[in-house]
This record gives sequence, C-alpha cells and structure tokens, in this order.
Amino acid sequence: MKKFAELYTAIDETTKTNAKVDALVHYFSEADEKDAIWCVALLIGKKPKRTIKTAELKSWCMELAGIEEWLFEESYHVVGDLAETITLALPPSKERKDFSLHGTMDKIMSLDKVSEEEKREYVQTTWNLLSTPERFVFNKLTTGSFRIGVSQQLVIKALAKQFHLDENIVSHRLTGKWDPVNVTLKGLLFSDNKNDDHSKPYPFYLAYQLEVPAEELGDLNEWQVERKYDGIRGQIIIRDKQLFVWSRGEELITEKFPEFNSLLNSLPDGTVIDGEILPMKDGKPLPFHVMQTRTSRKNLSKKILEDAPLMMMCYDLLELEYNDLRNESMNMRRTKLENLLSEAYAKMKDLPLVISPVLECKDWDEVKSERLKARECLCEGLMLKRKDSVYEVGRRKGNWWKWKVDALTVDGVLIYAQKGHGRRANLYTDYTFAIWDGEQLVPFTKAYSGLTDKELLQVDNWIKKNTIDKFGPVRSVKAELVFEIAFEGIQPSPRHKSGIALRFPRIARWRTDKSPNEANTKNDLLQLIQSLKV
Amino acid sequence: MLKFDRFGIFCEPAGVYIDPWKPVEKAIITHAHSDHARWGSKHYLAHHDSIPIIKLRLGADISVQGLDYYETIDMNGVKISLHPAGHITGSAQVKMEHKGKVWVASGDYKLQNDNVSVPFEPIKCDHFVTESTFGLPIYNFPDPQIVHHDINAWWKTNNEQGKNSIIIGYALGKAQRILKHLDPSIGNIYTHGAVANINLRMPEKLILPDTRPAVEFIKKENAGSIIVAPPSAIGTPWLKRFEPFSLGICSGWMQLRGARRRRGGDRGFVLSDHCDWQQLNTAIKATGAENIYVTHGYKSIYAKWLRDEYKLNAVEVDTLYEGENIEENKPEENEQAEEVQ
Repeated sequence: MKKFAELYTAIDETTKTNAKVDALVHYFSEADEKDAIWCVALLIGKKPKRTIKTAELKSWCMELAGIEEWLFEESYHVVGDLAETITLALPPSKERKDFSLHGTMDKIMSLDKVSEEEKREYVQTTWNLLSTPERFVFNKLTTGSFRIGVSQQLVIKALAKQFHLDENIVSHRLTGKWDPVNVTLKGLLFSDNKNDDHSKPYPFYLAYQLEVPAEELGDLNEWQVERKYDGIRGQIIIRDKQLFVWSRGEELITEKFPEFNSLLNSLPDGTVIDGEILPMKDGKPLPFHVMQTRTSRKNLSKKILEDAPLMMMCYDLLELEYNDLRNESMNMRRTKLENLLSEAYAKMKDLPLVISPVLECKDWDEVKSERLKARECLCEGLMLKRKDSVYEVGRRKGNWWKWKVDALTVDGVLIYAQKGHGRRANLYTDYTFAIWDGEQLVPFTKAYSGLTDKELLQVDNWIKKNTIDKFGPVRSVKAELVFEIAFEGIQPSPRHKSGIALRFPRIARWRTDKSPNEANTKNDLLQLIQSLKV
Repeated sequence: MLKFDRFGIFCEPAGVYIDPWKPVEKAIITHAHSDHARWGSKHYLAHHDSIPIIKLRLGADISVQGLDYYETIDMNGVKISLHPAGHITGSAQVKMEHKGKVWVASGDYKLQNDNVSVPFEPIKCDHFVTESTFGLPIYNFPDPQIVHHDINAWWKTNNEQGKNSIIIGYALGKAQRILKHLDPSIGNIYTHGAVANINLRMPEKLILPDTRPAVEFIKKENAGSIIVAPPSAIGTPWLKRFEPFSLGICSGWMQLRGARRRRGGDRGFVLSDHCDWQQLNTAIKATGAENIYVTHGYKSIYAKWLRDEYKLNAVEVDTLYEGENIEENKPEENEQAEEVQ
C-alpha cells in the first residue's frame, strides 16, 4: 500500500502528464507482479464489488474519533469527500505496517462473507496501521470510489514504455474482460494472439471537435460526411458463435440489447462493427430519452422492447472473417461494410442494423447547411472523416473531426447554491437557476461547470454576502446574478416545477451585463420545445 | 465585562476595545495582522515586539504604548495584562481582571512551538474568547519538525534538479517561521520585498538565516535557490524570473486535498499559526473557563461541540476577523509589495 499510495500522491500532486507517466513507470518498475496488475485494473476503472457499506465505515470512524454524527456530517460537508473525511477525522496512527495492494484487495473482496463485527475489526485495525495517504487510498478502495487523475491513454503509455511494447498492442490487450485475481500483468500484456479473449473489443477511435473553418480541411472530395448520432457508441462483436456488445466506456452490455441476438444467424463469424446504438422506429431515430427509459431497467418487458426498439447505426467495420481491418482505408472498410450488410439483409429482412448514410454534398456550404439540420434529425451534428484514414486508437486529431451544432442557450437567474466536491469542496460552486413564470422565479436546472476558477471565487464570495436563507447545505441567495446556460436538448418534464428538463446543462458565461428581469421565461422554453419538434 | 458591538470587542469598565475594526478612542491590539490591527484609533496598546510592525502598517506617528508580557496596568480599576499567544512575534492574549472575575481574549493563538514567537501559555479564567479557524475534527496538524524537514527535502530535490523553490507563507509570522527552519547549506535564500520589510522589524533576539532580496536574483548564477514570498505573489508575473521553479504553499488549509489542488501549487505543506482541533480543545480545557465566546472560523459548529462535549456555556460571536486565508490576496501584503517596489 505504501508504494501505491506514493504513486497516488505523485499523480494527484501534478497536472503534468510527463510527471504522471514517470510516476507510473517508476511504480511498474519496482512493484510486486500481483500488485502491478491490481494497480492497472484500478487505474483503468475496473473496480471490485463493494463489500462494506459507507454507513458502516462512517460509524466505525466516528467511534474511533470520539465524535457524533452531526459533527461528522459537518466535517464531511466541508471536505466534500467521504473517504477523505474519514481519513482526516481518525486520530493519527501511531504504528505502521506495509500491506500489499493485492493482499488488501483480496481481503476487501472477501469481506462480503464475514460478520459485521469481523469487518469492523479488520477496518479499524488497518486504519490504525496506515499513514494518512495510505489511509486515504484504502478508504477510496473500500468505499468503491477509487478514481485517479490519469487517463487510460497515460496508463497505456507508461506500460508501453516500461515493457517496450507498442501502445496500440497494450491498448488492445487491456480491453475486454479480465480479472486481476487470475491474470498477471505480463500474462496480460504478452499473451499470444491466439489465446486472446474472444470478447475483446478494439480501442475506439474518437474525434475532436473541429476547431477551424471547415473549408480549411481542403478538398471536400477527400472527406466522407456523416451525421453524428446521439446514442450509445458501441461495438458489436461476433466471434466463435458468440455475440458481445461493448459500450465506448468498455462496459459489456450484451444483455441489455436482446435485439442483437439474431445477428448470430445473419453475420459471419469474426465480425466487429463500430456504430451507434439508437432507439429507432420505421428507420428514424427516436429522442435520446427513449433510450434512457430502457437502459435504466433491469428487466426488459415486452412493452419496453416495443416502445423503445434499438438498432445499431453502423459506422465502420473493424474486423471481417477474423481479419483486423483497421489499417485499411476508410473507403475500403466502407465498401466491405456495405457488402456485409447487404448480404445480411438478404438473410434477414428486419436486421437490427442500418448503415450510417453518407451525405452527398457539392461543397462546404452544403455541408454547413446539413450541419444546421442536425437537431431536426435528432443528431448532434456531423462527422467528417478522411476517406483514406485508417482506424486509429483513442482520441486523435487530423483525420476525423466531429462538428457539433452550437448548443442551445437560455439565461437563468442564480437562486440556490451549494458547496462543491473534491477540488471545489468548501466553495459554493453548485448552482440552481430559475426562469420567470409570470411574476415568479421557478428553478429549471442545476449546473456545475463552466466558470473559470477566478469567476468561481467571485461568485462564491458574492453568495456568502448575499445569502437570504440556509436550508442544510443549501443557501438561497438574492435573485441578482444572471448566467447563460448552454444545453444540448430540452424535453417537457412534468416532474419539474418549471415543466422542462435540459440535457447536458452547463454554464456558458456569466452575464454581468444582464439584470434578473432580462432572464428567460418558462414560455420561451416551451416555445423552444415546440419549435424543435420534428 | 466584555461586549461585542459594531466596533469590536469592548471592555466597558476599562473603556477599551480589543482589536476594533472601526476607529475608537483606545485599542488593545493582540497582534499585528491586518484583520486585528486596524487603522484610525486614537491610542493603541500592544506588546513591544508588535509595535514596529503596527507602526509600519498604521503610520509612524500613531500613539502607541508598549507592554511586556505579564506587565499589569490599571484602567479604571480593571487590571489588564498581556500573555504569550504563540501565534506570531509579539502576539498576546489579553487578560482582564475586574471585581474578582477574569476574562481572557486570546486573539489568534496556537499551541505548537514555532521557535519564533513566545509559546502560548494557558491562563486560568472565567470567560475565554477563542477563535475557531480550524475548529473541526478533520484538522489534525502534523508535527512541525516533520513539516520543516519535508520543506528542506523538497528544496534539496529541486536544487539537485536545477530548479528554484518558491515557498509561500504570510509575510508576517509564517515567513519568519519558514526562514528560521531552512537549511542554508542547501542553497541561497531570497525574500520577497514584503517579507524583507517585515524581517527588518523583527526583534533582535530572533536570529534568522542570511537572506538576499529577490530583486538581486540572477537566473544564471542562482539556480536551486529558495524564495520566500507571500500569497499575493501566486499567479503574478513577478514569479517568472525564477523559472523553472516548484511552488510550495504553507497553510493549515493544505490538509484538504481540494484546497491543495485548487490553489495550484506543486506542493502543499500543512503549517499553520492557528490551533488545530486537538490544540483548541486542549487550550480551552486548560483555561478552566466556564464561558466560551467563539469567534472567526467554524464558530457555530465549534460552540455546539463545546456545549455538547464539555458542557460549557459556549456561544458564537460575529467578528470581522479572517483567520487563515489563502483564497484571496490580503490587502496588507499588496500594500507592502507596493511600498517596496
């Protein structure tokens, strides 16, 4: 735990990616084999099941610290993070012992089988033997909220550096289903291709938002223009007569989409398709919230399957007859995808796959006007892909660009504020905004991000001086500050006072030039909903 | 005997205010930080060691009387004396005795020995006024010797990499505490103008290592130095001349990960001139006071704790003192920096 906590602290204390990679390489070079694989698993977000309730951890901590619940809650409110609150509230430990990471993980995982008394004994004894940074990491692991400021890309970079491997190979080896309990790091990284787990998806190729005028991309003939759909990006894999569906977050989500089971009969073995899983009816996408009603359910009733039928809008073909196509050109892959799908249609009429149509545009002006149609097509914008591009790994610039439509905006008045978490703990950074409904301000959305650190401090200061009332952690403030809220979608919502719900709301800017009576009204938003209806 | 009114903490029978935030006739100043020593009063009373700083900040021509620790004066029948508070050089608790009752206003204080100020001494009293800047159980400050060791180790590592170390702490108090514990064998020590200005006004008995003014820093010759600067220097172009550097911040708030990350330093050192949770509890128990007035900090929470846990008559009191503040630049330091430039 000591080395792992040092790694955590080193990464936490820097914002420089090189320093993070160096810290990782250093850790991998000296860590025990079994610890190293656990470290990789944790860093890329493979978390074991939680075996201790946070309420239990809290009460064991209060017992050792000699404080009551109200005081713990006040402290938690200031710190903004449960694991850290427990770490700091516990009396400093007097003895130290270095536990191995894998031993600790094994122990934590085995706790679901023991009595509460035994759990308490283990946790309290361990706390008393750990330094503050170790304690923090231990608490993060037991509360199941372990996160660290490294992207998967950086972990891949560090592993490639330490083990002299190609980053793309490391990336592929890390994907899919594997369990740190029964695999070693070397076993995972140096596994023979043939023995590779057949469920493994390819690392997704992701695009950045276009930053320059589209004309600067040059000859339009070199580009393939498609719509950017608003669903779940995923890969459908058929290998060894088995179907696997993966989300972009590398979650195996096969069970959620029984529609795709039929593909086992219509697609050849050794096929991997990249696309967007969408609710669609009669060849047209349905709004995203239709999908949400489905993905949140555990049991998929017949009614739900009928109301929200899903299909995949296919973008790309990554593997055909077990051949990795990623180094072929986009053009080639597209042709193969078209052929594959038409053969599949021949076998099965109601195939749950549609090819993402290529938009035929004469010039960039036509591309621009297609982009503006995005909302009426229930899309986020356009994708621009170079016709000769290979399928790269991760988020890259140059050959693929996303070109989203500008966000919708509304001006709202700040009425409630709450302290943030983590980096923003102890600052009022979580805001609720209101719009006018007649003479009344009704709350319509919350938003957390979008202001600069400097603005956050200014608004925090203003909030402290302009508080009208406090309800627990929430302060109501004078209706005075106006903010422009950007969002991606809007729906009617009977559950909210304002009658509407926004998708991806965030603060676009602080409208210091506007007074509260210039904020938008509920009517403005209801009209917007009408105007967006197809 | 004490009243909390819109001018400050008022000792009515003696006719004197303690750390008033508005101009009054007579003011006793617990210490020279700008939220306690404010401008405009007719007569000031403070510990001898505070006077050079108070004059620097409030003007050389103010009327100010100096006292030693334990020296007693009589004001309208109230016996008044100053006692070590251990916060910064010259910081004092004010003891007031009248009609058999003893009140103590402690200003800012800490129990850790910083080797710069005279250490805090508990005074038996009936009524005790305490701050509560770090009055939550999550604040448990590490042993300062370990922190000073960490600061030197960090400086040494930077020095070996050819980087400068910029260490941030209040110009008055924290800066001298940092300087006092630096290991001069590692490299050269530079001070920001605001810090140098305060150092000049420290009592002679305080021995600090040799320092040079930051304006004399020459990049090519002085790589691997340490520069002691106030919080107002963070994020300013003034820092540029020291590149490449690592930025360390000394504050009790550095105990919280959020504050550490938000502040944007490379390292946070938990070093405070205020009491942590245990120190507050220890100090209050040692006074034996039954009546506690909790000022700046987590006052309502801490007062509730004192009532629940120790069954004391604890109430929260509104004041304009700020405690330890790293979020915004303190005006005092900006003024100082300007004076020097």
